[in-house]
Amino acid sequence: MKKMLYPALIILALIGLPVHAANYVIDTEKAHAFIEFKISHLGFSFVKGRFNSFSGEFSYDENDPSASKVSVNIDTSSIDTNYAERDKHLKSADFLDVSKYPTATFTSTSFKELGNGKARLSGNLTLHGVTKPIMIDVTEVGAGKDPWGGYRRGFTGVTTLKLKDFGIDYNLGPASTEVEIQLSLEGIRK
Amino acid sequence: MIQLTNTAQRWGLVSVMIHWLSAITVVSMFVLGLWMVDLTLYDRWYNAAPDIHKSIGITLLIVTLARLTWRLSSVTPEPLENHTAIEKKAARLVHVLIYVLLFSIMLSGYLISTADGHPIDVFGLFEVPATLHGIDNQEDIAGDVHLVLAIMLMSLAAVHALAAVKHHVIDRDRTMLRMLGK
Repeated sequence: MKKMLYPALIILALIGLPVHAANYVIDTEKAHAFIEFKISHLGFSFVKGRFNSFSGEFSYDENDPSASKVSVNIDTSSIDTNYAERDKHLKSADFLDVSKYPTATFTSTSFKELGNGKARLSGNLTLHGVTKPIMIDVTEVGAGKDPWGGYRRGFTGVTTLKLKDFGIDYNLGPASTEVEIQLSLEGIRK
Repeated sequence: MIQLTNTAQRWGLVSVMIHWLSAITVVSMFVLGLWMVDLTLYDRWYNAAPDIHKSIGITLLIVTLARLTWRLSSVTPEPLENHTAIEKKAARLVHVLIYVLLFSIMLSGYLISTADGHPIDVFGLFEVPATLHGIDNQEDIAGDVHLVLAIMLMSLAAVHALAAVKHHVIDRDRTMLRMLGK
């Protein structure tokens, strides 16, 4: 028993070390992350949809949150609004033109905590072949150990994009010039 | 007495009617299809045109299945004396190909609209449920197949029509007259 005491103490000490910068993989494998959007239909209601296939990672440092980084790659052809003919149209050259632009990417440039679990994430979004800086309103949801030996951290984010800013100029009517992107992301610490 | 069924010399009324109604329908569907995909949100027929196209497509599928059953269980007119060996082979090949293209086009069309698991509504009377669905980009792949095969069918139908005219005008035989019920 005594032989095991010191190694055990060392191991316990290592586990208890404070976390500095940590890298997380966004848990798309078990679909604990969602990239959804919402756009007005003729001013009468909202069409919602999702990009079913994407991947990404982020790093978050509890001691220096402003050093946090996010990067996400979205498979644009995975768009899903629960209606095959609409999805087909959205993937065509009229909108996303996925055969030309199969991936949309976001790479963050800054992360600023605002207090109360809110933060502002800035970065460059490349969509439909156009790269523009955008800002996402982030809410930190929670973080901690999971029941299976891992450590997870999650956020939600909202931002609104003007379709024309990214070269998508199909006339959807005056109520539908902007689309709201809603993110719900959980990362597993590497 | 109107002859409903086929004989070794003539096409009966059933075969004749289905042939010409199908031909008109298929050509109309091609034109409708090409026109409707260029409609935008602000065109009045933006929703109605595809609904009609799908309803007619499913109806045509049912009719063509019945047509094939009728043909396979019937006598068909024999080749005429002046039909050469090459003409007989070519005719058989083209006719088989037309059936294959028809069913492939209708099947691929069905796979576009049911790609998300939703059924197709036929004239508000009944629904055809999805079967094979959920394949990545199913609607796009099926859509490409649908268009390419439709263009092939139109080309083949043109050849088919020209061949009939050739028999009528150049050979001056009964080939085309037979398909007019004579």
